[in-house]
Amino acid sequence: MKAKEIAALLDEPACSHNQKAKSGCARPTPGATAGGCAFDGAQIALLPIADVAHIVHGSIACAGSSWDNRGTRSTGPALYKIGMTTDLTEQDVIMGRGEKRLFHAIKQAIETYDPPAVFVYNTCVPALVGDDVLAVCKAAEERWERPVAPIDAAGFYGTKNLGNRIAGEAMVKYVCGTREPDPVPPEAQRPGIQVHDIALIGEFNIAGEFWHVQPLLDELGLRVIATLSGNGRFRELQTMHRAEVNMMVCSKAMINVARKLQERYGVPWFEGSFYGVGDVSQALRDIARLIDAPDLTERTEKLIAREEARIHEALGPWRERLRGKRVLLYTGGVKSWSVIAALQDLGMEVVATGTKKSTEQDKERIRELMGEDAKMIEDGSPKALLGIVREQKADILIAGGRNMYTALKARIPFLDINQEREFGYAGYSGMQELARQLCLTIESPIWDQVRKPAPWATASQTEKAPLAQPAIAPQPAAKRA
Amino acid sequence: MAEIVKRNKALSVNPLKSSQTIGAALAFLGMNRAVPMLHGSQGCTAFGKVFFVRHFREPIPLQTTAMDQVSTVMGAQDSIIQGLKTLCEKSAPDLIGLPTTGLAETQGADVEMAVRDFRQAHPEFDRTAVVPVSTPDYKGCLETGFALAVAAMVRHLVPEKKKGPGAEPSGRVNVLTSSQLTPGDLEELEAMIEGFGLTPVILPHLGDALDGHLIDQESTPLTMGGASVQVFETLHQADATLVIGASMNAAADLLKAKTGVPDYRFTHLLGLDAVDGFVAALHQISGRPAPARLERWRSQLQDAMLDSHFMLGQTRFAVAADPDQLKAFGDLLTGMGAELSVAVAAANAPVLAEVPAAQVKIGDLEDLETLARETAAECLIGNAHCAASAARLGVPLLRAGFPLYDRVGAYARTWIGYRGTRQALFDLANLLLDLERGEIAPYRSIYAPTEEVNPHAHPAPLAGGGRSH
Repeated sequence: MKAKEIAALLDEPACSHNQKAKSGCARPTPGATAGGCAFDGAQIALLPIADVAHIVHGSIACAGSSWDNRGTRSTGPALYKIGMTTDLTEQDVIMGRGEKRLFHAIKQAIETYDPPAVFVYNTCVPALVGDDVLAVCKAAEERWERPVAPIDAAGFYGTKNLGNRIAGEAMVKYVCGTREPDPVPPEAQRPGIQVHDIALIGEFNIAGEFWHVQPLLDELGLRVIATLSGNGRFRELQTMHRAEVNMMVCSKAMINVARKLQERYGVPWFEGSFYGVGDVSQALRDIARLIDAPDLTERTEKLIAREEARIHEALGPWRERLRGKRVLLYTGGVKSWSVIAALQDLGMEVVATGTKKSTEQDKERIRELMGEDAKMIEDGSPKALLGIVREQKADILIAGGRNMYTALKARIPFLDINQEREFGYAGYSGMQELARQLCLTIESPIWDQVRKPAPWATASQTEKAPLAQPAIAPQPAAKRA
Repeated sequence: MAEIVKRNKALSVNPLKSSQTIGAALAFLGMNRAVPMLHGSQGCTAFGKVFFVRHFREPIPLQTTAMDQVSTVMGAQDSIIQGLKTLCEKSAPDLIGLPTTGLAETQGADVEMAVRDFRQAHPEFDRTAVVPVSTPDYKGCLETGFALAVAAMVRHLVPEKKKGPGAEPSGRVNVLTSSQLTPGDLEELEAMIEGFGLTPVILPHLGDALDGHLIDQESTPLTMGGASVQVFETLHQADATLVIGASMNAAADLLKAKTGVPDYRFTHLLGLDAVDGFVAALHQISGRPAPARLERWRSQLQDAMLDSHFMLGQTRFAVAADPDQLKAFGDLLTGMGAELSVAVAAANAPVLAEVPAAQVKIGDLEDLETLARETAAECLIGNAHCAASAARLGVPLLRAGFPLYDRVGAYARTWIGYRGTRQALFDLANLLLDLERGEIAPYRSIYAPTEEVNPHAHPAPLAGGGRSH
């Protein structure tokens, strides 16, 4: 990919980050950088497309450490769980045999698995050597009459965020708009309900959590014709341009897809979240608002009233247990505000939130939710996070899996909110699971025990390391004299 | 002599191999107050970090030189120097390991030179050792990367110094460990050596760094345990060096040449013969008899062999692993009368020729699955990714190797020694017992009266296959 193309991707007019120096293009600092590369981002964005053969063109590090490590679920096909890579050897690199290997690799994937399409992810080594991945994909597509989409996402192009955009760009360029949607099957039609088509961008069906939401959409007569990319299918993504509304779920990462589909096909879009009672209702209202059909609006309001009443009752006992508990939330972007609402729904107090990847808009929403003095965290180092936990007397740290051991090693309750988690929190019903998981860790009887020094160590040092520490408020670990 | 069958597919499907680069990082993680910094794009480190965090369930210090478009094209020597400086300023590590990636090697990085430049420009950071090592991921596998990093540490940190003639025995032994040894293995190794009154110096020591323990300090940007970097200065004082793993041969040669300490080499420590050889060496080095406790453990293993040979004998196993570990399991299984009917290695190595199987395939888990199906293998041994293969094949799996992300504590399991081997035999035998292979399909006589079948009278038959440890 040329530098010019990368710059074009980083310049995203629909993103409010765009004006600021902090947009995706800041150079990473050697020795002080965390987070994935462009390939990582591209793969995260597209791998949940379940029936496609995802081939990683590169040496083993790219696929070898990352295949089949997502918590995303599929209703049927599981080809996305099969790791495929050209696993380039020294000979391939030196002799320039990468292109040939890739061509045969595509053939092998098609012959073995007969997928509806092949996605080829270009990575650092072949990008540097100069393999013409676009040409190989084109030739393979013609030779085997199967769509083969190049995703040119070498790690050194930039960050994970850029990779998301590259992935989105490839979908708009090679996939969306290449097929018309199937008609609604007659047996799925219900009298008096006109079916409207919508599409979701940035919904990944982590732990199957979208299955908490989809029954509601079905009930309203909203057909999800495509999801980029949770439980995705190639032939659905081809029809994405025919959605009446695009919902951008919980992530600005693929904002370019929403913008381009609006420019090219006039599909309106909005940004929403399925986390938290209020946000789920808001998302349903926004869909109805953009489709603008009176009967849909009416059905939506009825459903919201019913579901909110149901979940408020179900959450009652959980609220009792969680009321007043203090949370430090450290997660990026949209989740920084969408999860706040969910936690406040449970009666919890969010004492600080991470805003490293948040836009100005995101921060505005945070102030609306947490008040003008909302504590926003930019420095996400373990030391800084633990400092804030102490200072704010937080009862729990909620963050991505990467920070799990930051909390656990400091003997602090923790909840995983990102990609790798094993539980779904989306939708009204997801709130119950969220509440259960929060209570599970906060109320666990282990905290006293793991903070307790050995009895023989305390006998002479009772003052320095009291045996009984408060159950929840984490204390600095006892220092040995 | 096993026939080595090389890769013959364009596409690697369900890779078994993990990269050399992260193998090198792992070796550095076995040193105290250390941090590896991979020379490559930031994703190399991010993926490596997730890989080890999920395996060990521990925080993993791992940094990157964060090569981007500019440094990839214009040269990344400055990125290395800047990265080293940043790490030294921030956390003053005892050691920074600097493995290269495929990207850096393809670009033509000269890490040795960058480190020399760093030393010249920043003498104020001289107390931090920096060890560069060339480990492109288009060669080798995790095991080779680990071995290359240990060899690099020996090359850079061990002085050319020999014990004077006639010097008193110090009672110290050096132990060079390979990537096949788990934190639990290293604890067992320590216990065995100390049983002979010897003091082991284990290099690298994952058992001290990544055994999963809590410390008073709540967070650290460096490793929180492992072998001390200073110990490299004193390796020449040891009475002997014990080398575990054929992959460590090059590092062992180098150490021997520099220090003159005689060494004893072992491919692995799994199974009665291998452990006996190791214990005999300890006896020889220390001049002491084996402790009674060890004798008891040995006889417990022999007893376990008697108990489990009924289940293991003639059983067809399929094993996927890095070379040293493949050899270890091959020896253990064939020593019990089982058959290594499928042997798949992540990369080629001289030791593979000695694996007790007709063939060793250099390949991936698709190869494992295909061959296991062809040979009707009854049990798999391999990493967590093999769980999906085992489920498709309908056979049980014993988890071993890297990564093990779907079991708590699997990373710390003890495999070696008399006790570790005994537990491995028990676990394998139990997996096979669950298969109820001896069951004969009921035959009903043509003269027997019809019986009414009451579904509640007998427990439902066990669902076939897929059970695993």
